Amino acid sequence: MSSIALLGAIELGLIYALVGLGVYLSFRVLDFPDLTVDGSFPLGAAVTAVLLVAGADPWVATGAGVVAGALAGFVTAFVTVRFGVLHLLASILTMIALFSVNLRIMGRPNIALLTEATVLTPWLSGGTFGGLVADEYVRPLFLAVVVLAAVALVAAFLRSEAGLAMRATGANPRMARAQGVRTGVQIIVGVMLSNGLVGLAGALFAQTNGFADVTSGVGTIVVGLAAVIVGETFIPRRRIFWALVGCVVGAVIYRLAVQTALSIDFLGLQASDLNLATALLVLVALVLPKLRHRVRTRAAS
Amino acid sequence: MIEVRDLVITFNPGSPLERKALRGISLRLGEGDFVSVIGSNGAGKSTLLGAIAGDMLPTSGRVLLGGSDVTRLPAEARSRHVARVFQDPLAGSCGNLSIAENLALAASRGQRRSFLPALRQSRLSKIRARIEELNLKLEDRLDQPMGSLSGGQRQALSLVMATLAPSSVLLLDEHTAALDPRNAEFVLGLTRDLAARFRLTVLMVTHSMRHALDIGTRTVMLHEGRILLDVAGAERAGLTIEDLLDQFRRARGEALAEDRLLTG
Repeated sequence: MSSIALLGAIELGLIYALVGLGVYLSFRVLDFPDLTVDGSFPLGAAVTAVLLVAGADPWVATGAGVVAGALAGFVTAFVTVRFGVLHLLASILTMIALFSVNLRIMGRPNIALLTEATVLTPWLSGGTFGGLVADEYVRPLFLAVVVLAAVALVAAFLRSEAGLAMRATGANPRMARAQGVRTGVQIIVGVMLSNGLVGLAGALFAQTNGFADVTSGVGTIVVGLAAVIVGETFIPRRRIFWALVGCVVGAVIYRLAVQTALSIDFLGLQASDLNLATALLVLVALVLPKLRHRVRTRAAS
Repeated sequence: MIEVRDLVITFNPGSPLERKALRGISLRLGEGDFVSVIGSNGAGKSTLLGAIAGDMLPTSGRVLLGGSDVTRLPAEARSRHVARVFQDPLAGSCGNLSIAENLALAASRGQRRSFLPALRQSRLSKIRARIEELNLKLEDRLDQPMGSLSGGQRQALSLVMATLAPSSVLLLDEHTAALDPRNAEFVLGLTRDLAARFRLTVLMVTHSMRHALDIGTRTVMLHEGRILLDVAGAERAGLTIEDLLDQFRRARGEALAEDRLLTG
């Protein structure tokens, strides 16, 4: 693997680390399998791209991508909490609807960002802080800082009184209510946070890759799950901070594994085989602990 | 402190599955009262507790806590006044959160939850002190998941959790039924101590007639959604388990041979 391919894999891994953090919040903390992310990832990218093309400040455009993602999450969670629609189904509906919404926002399936200033521009050569870091390292370093900040913030939140209430909502809703936790509100806020992170991932994806595309969200949830599950395999720690670091490590390892598999010629893999491979990986990771458990209980009896 | 007026709860009204769980119950508990509620399966004990806690809304009637009408409030809005311990030791805590986290969660029951660390030092030392009192040697295991504890340990901690944040009412739903006799005695003793120490108004549902007569200041017997017996003071002191069984027999008009009540 060339160093460019390696850096590219790390870069994508860091972007999907944000997705992994979001999926950790919905899937692990709230026990709310949320497919909205397949729509909120391209939504974040679309909103950011359109605003950048219109000449908006890159930070404002990125912020708008985050807010858009959070709103998508709100729709799913509100429909679930208020009308009692099954969470999985509600999120599929939002995801499908977002495909149309994203097309409307962009006006076409694809927007290229080649000349527009992005959040990265000041750090590239010719920018305000240009030359501080060699250009090829700017993107991975910038993303690493963003991801670290996200991990620190999410960890601080989940360890706070408010975050504990959210974790209890996912772990034991009846007990949470008995403790005065408004579980409906917790689910809405948590799913909004989750999709806000995914919206941020989409916004940064558009800016680092130079385009926004309506189809870029396909399989986001599976990649996020892969990040969470691979992370749990490599860093099997119960503490929140390490679990979140696990999501990041999992996402990067996953992208590196994909890049490696694609660069090994005799495997004969094409980029289009990726979804199948990812689905199989997640399936194996989901089934393995159960098989292991069964073997253990059988050995015990 | 706790008052219910003409409480009626009908499940699935108007359908073939209609079931009248409570058929007009009026009950008033003063501050510091400790009332044991007994009755056979389906008498409405748990439904009464659920209605006071806010798990289910009454078909008609009113629920008052501390003088204010809470009939329409959901459980989480009543939690400021009401602490609960469930029958299932798994139900009252989060198995995958640590012991300290579970207690921290309970320490802000019914209050606004801040963005400050839940396990900050001041709170941890308070939690540790309360756990040390139990003499269960759990104070060194604060980091371990709640799920690693035995049923008795979890119920003991549930009682501590119920008394961490200020409240006035404690609802106990057969909270010793899932425990072995030794642990049940320990948890009951703890219940008595904590109720007295925090001057709680307690409503304890039990299956055990002995506990219903031995513990608390008043005994209420439910039968088919109505109050069959409500005794306190000298009258209660003179009652035996045999007397209670008599009451049941008369109410049901059938031999007790088929009865599944526990007399232990």
